[in-house]
Amino acid sequence: MKAELAPPSLVTKEYRTVSQIRGPLIFIERTSEIAYHEMVEIIDPEGRVRLGRVLEVNGNHGIVQVFAGTTGLDLRATRVRFRGDVARLDVSLAMLGRVLDGTGQPIDGGPLIVPEASLDINGAPINPTVRTHPSEFIQTGISAIDGLNTLTRGQKLPIFSGAGLPANELAAQIAAQARVLGRQGQEAEPFAVVFAAIGVTHREVSFFVDQFQASGATERTVLFVNRADDPSVLRLMTARAALTAAEYLAFTHGLHVLVIMTDMTNYCEALREVAAAREEVPGRRGYPGYMYSDLASLYERAGRIRGSPGSVTQLVILTMPDDDITHPIPDLTGYITEGQIVLSRDLHRQGIYPPVDILPSLSRQMKAGIGEGKTRADHRFLADQLYALYARGRDLRRLVAIIGEAALSAEERLILDFADRLEQRFISQGKTNRSIDETLDLAWALLDPLPPEMLKRIPDALIRQRRGGAEDSA
Amino acid sequence: MTEDAGGKTGRIVRIAGPVVGVTGLEAVRLFDVVHVGELGLVGEVIRLAHDLAVVQVYEETAGLRVGEPVINTGLPLVAQLGPGLLGQIYDGLQRPLTVLQTLSGNFIDRGVSPFPLPQETRWPFTPRVRTGEVVSGGDILGTVPETPVITHAVLVPPGVHGRVADINAGDLTIDEIVAVIEADPETDGRTHEVRLRQAWPVRQPRPVRERLPARQPLVTGTRVIDAFFPVARGGTAIVPGGFGTGKTVLEQALARWAGVDVVIYVGCGERGNEIADVLEEFPALEDPHTGLPLMNRTILIANTSNMPVAAREASIYTGITLGEYYRDMGYDVLLLADSTSRWGEALREISGRLEEIPGEEGYPAYLAARLSEFYERSGRVICLGSDGADAGAEDEAAGRRTGSLTLIGAVSPPGGDFSEPITQSSMTVVGALWALDYSLSRRRHFPAVSWTQSYTLYDLRRWYAANVADDWSDLVQEAMALLQRADELQEIVQIVGPEALSEMEHLLLLVARMIQEDFLQQSSFEASDRYSPLEKTYWMLRVLLAYYHHCRAALEAGAGLEQLRGLPEVAQIARVREVPPDQVIPLLKGLDERLRGSAAGGSVGV
Repeated sequence: MKAELAPPSLVTKEYRTVSQIRGPLIFIERTSEIAYHEMVEIIDPEGRVRLGRVLEVNGNHGIVQVFAGTTGLDLRATRVRFRGDVARLDVSLAMLGRVLDGTGQPIDGGPLIVPEASLDINGAPINPTVRTHPSEFIQTGISAIDGLNTLTRGQKLPIFSGAGLPANELAAQIAAQARVLGRQGQEAEPFAVVFAAIGVTHREVSFFVDQFQASGATERTVLFVNRADDPSVLRLMTARAALTAAEYLAFTHGLHVLVIMTDMTNYCEALREVAAAREEVPGRRGYPGYMYSDLASLYERAGRIRGSPGSVTQLVILTMPDDDITHPIPDLTGYITEGQIVLSRDLHRQGIYPPVDILPSLSRQMKAGIGEGKTRADHRFLADQLYALYARGRDLRRLVAIIGEAALSAEERLILDFADRLEQRFISQGKTNRSIDETLDLAWALLDPLPPEMLKRIPDALIRQRRGGAEDSA
Repeated sequence: MTEDAGGKTGRIVRIAGPVVGVTGLEAVRLFDVVHVGELGLVGEVIRLAHDLAVVQVYEETAGLRVGEPVINTGLPLVAQLGPGLLGQIYDGLQRPLTVLQTLSGNFIDRGVSPFPLPQETRWPFTPRVRTGEVVSGGDILGTVPETPVITHAVLVPPGVHGRVADINAGDLTIDEIVAVIEADPETDGRTHEVRLRQAWPVRQPRPVRERLPARQPLVTGTRVIDAFFPVARGGTAIVPGGFGTGKTVLEQALARWAGVDVVIYVGCGERGNEIADVLEEFPALEDPHTGLPLMNRTILIANTSNMPVAAREASIYTGITLGEYYRDMGYDVLLLADSTSRWGEALREISGRLEEIPGEEGYPAYLAARLSEFYERSGRVICLGSDGADAGAEDEAAGRRTGSLTLIGAVSPPGGDFSEPITQSSMTVVGALWALDYSLSRRRHFPAVSWTQSYTLYDLRRWYAANVADDWSDLVQEAMALLQRADELQEIVQIVGPEALSEMEHLLLLVARMIQEDFLQQSSFEASDRYSPLEKTYWMLRVLLAYYHHCRAALEAGAGLEQLRGLPEVAQIARVREVPPDQVIPLLKGLDERLRGSAAGGSVGV
């Protein structure tokens, strides 16, 4: 990453030629040589300054997106000053423990950040040839994740939530419990949490602040906060600022950074708002056609780089409107991220926490992060077997609802019972922190009542090893 | 791509994302490559209107200013062709990513365009023609050993015809002259200097002598494809599937194991971490056909989803041009595009920035035309050239050099709904459809190829009968019918319960489940299972159906279904996928003999 300082603004240009104000956008006439994505200061009639960014330049006029909203601006007295540079974030190791707004300004009453570098918040794509494949197992202490949808360092894994489901609780629990195993005794690899609150309520922000305090992680955390009542277009900046900070901490200071972003649904709403104000041709459900590329420019900023000790792992929360996984926001996200953890309203109603619906959930990095030397040799077979049986169990439940349990064969009853136990004992765990051994042993315990012929996904040798002499008497 | 033809300079007047308006470019042609701004970003002219040239820029445009210069190279977007392509990792504009890293570090900088091929390497060139011989476009001038498995044929560029005035030999760099072909007054009357390296415009298909019908299957080693929905060499297939249905895993399995000479894998809007996976694995993986590392026959094009959108649009064309080049040497080439939806979305995004009137779901009205043009660049062909000799593949068209280019495109339909424009437009042109099904992937049935929605239009029965077994097609047909019937029976069970079915129908359901679990499911990660030769595929299917026939006979003779379910053969069949490759065929043959013997003899044997 190039850590060049912002060039001095020798070419600051000021205009009083605002011709239109439309939603979050202002149109400026008779501009000359302004740059695409250049940062802009807008000085309102009272002399207060707000920030904006050039969205389009066409001949001698420009369209500027105003972060703090356009309320109070006029066409006559408003002045616009072009800064001559794209949006940058001042970064420093001293950001740890601080609370910043979406442009990187401290809002915790503390001193200004003394920059070690000033970075373009859009970042640059990591050259695919220097990436290393994420394969270090992160133990989250959650069985549904560690056992069945394993998270690895450098992965991007979203949580698909619904309104009212405990996604924030789960994210906070993961942030508190996440560990990388392997090196016995020396668990003190430097880590940090970068948290981006995007359009969330005061209540949610204070929930996370309390959680970080309770787990003693505050000193290792950078909070970027854009509250629900902050200008919505600033949400687009907040996510980028947070990821720029994360990349800096990871690849310049060698920290293992866990980025938590919530709620990406608010981000996408802001993207749609700007697109609508520009009168762009809308795509599905009014979201712009470039939303995939835009989201990719965020999510792809996770990863590991060969030769660099640090890593950026993303845990992204989004709310599926009306619990619809085919809605463009979860849909496009799922096409970019490496899997997804899907929360279920049904399980939540039954009081199961975390209410992870394992069937639509997936971790694409799982196969690289598990097995001998990482978790355990039996891990993959157990996971496959649990999935296969649980999927059948769920089918059978539907069948039972129609024709009653009496019609089931003995084998089918075992499977049905298995599915219930999986939910009640394996997925449901409350706030406990389970080691990977506890999770996998629990998986074996769930399978114990089933005869070996039903365990097609597990090699014979492993079953014999587990059951030992007990097989003869069975 | 980077040569400057003493170009004309214009000025930027408009910037909207990747689309830039330029005035003052004289004599500019559509699809000319231009260098935009002080940084010299690479772009391509995609629309001309009066004095305004509209350029799509292949790099991030943030910071670009109105008034910055734009220089026209006067050349279209070309691919550089020559030895040194294999084993490379390119971005969508054929910039070598490993070289890019040495120039710009871990993150990709703008305005850096290293040459695609190694310019220092000396290649031992062995001529095949002599001075004085008359050659024409497509003829092989000589060869260079590019990798241990691929001999690179140096071809007379299409359109060139004449007498060889001079032919070189020995160690040459890509820019040194291999042959001089002397003026032929009948064509263009010019003298051509042929080098190891040639350039070809990516948007223009390379010419062939003749197209051949598709008669041989592309053996993939994936059972559900080879048995049920085979694609022909030189054919086309699409793999539509929602996220998490296993498109990428399936495409990568095809890239690893498909029976072709050269594989080009285009990661178009793909995940960076998955590309990293490929990059780490391919050099370590052995080609099952040659035992040598797979990178010897592979070219990767990686344009990850966060790399500029216009380069994503170009990556498909870059890939297919490289594919055509190896096809022209007489090789069987497979191009995998993951995912064509991202390419379609790039078209949509650029179309939106051009303020074109949108067609369905915001895609441009020319989406279907572009898709057809792309898929029609596939085919099995007699290569251009007057020679009958052959550089690689078996020739069968009357001693001619033949090659093939097979295209397989992943499609990512929004919400997994196949009614969307890219899936639908692709379906009208491709020969095979491998539909990935959520309900299968959720139960970890992989590859999640649906046996009800998928199809193939290639009739390869004669090839299978001649090369695998006479009864191949019969077995396949029977298994398909059985699965179909099982789906119908499942619906009945859903409504009225399992007791409505007869014993015979329960047996059918049991065997259908065995076909699904023991045959159609295949692990990409298990060494014993990931590549299934046709012989193994055949015997597995044969044994399963032998079990079915055996049980039918037994049921008629009064046996109970529970007894038949408990036969030791059932457990053995279930474990076939774990058996090492060298032991599996004898095991299967033994099983087949036992099951058939007892069925034929009428003895129930339980």
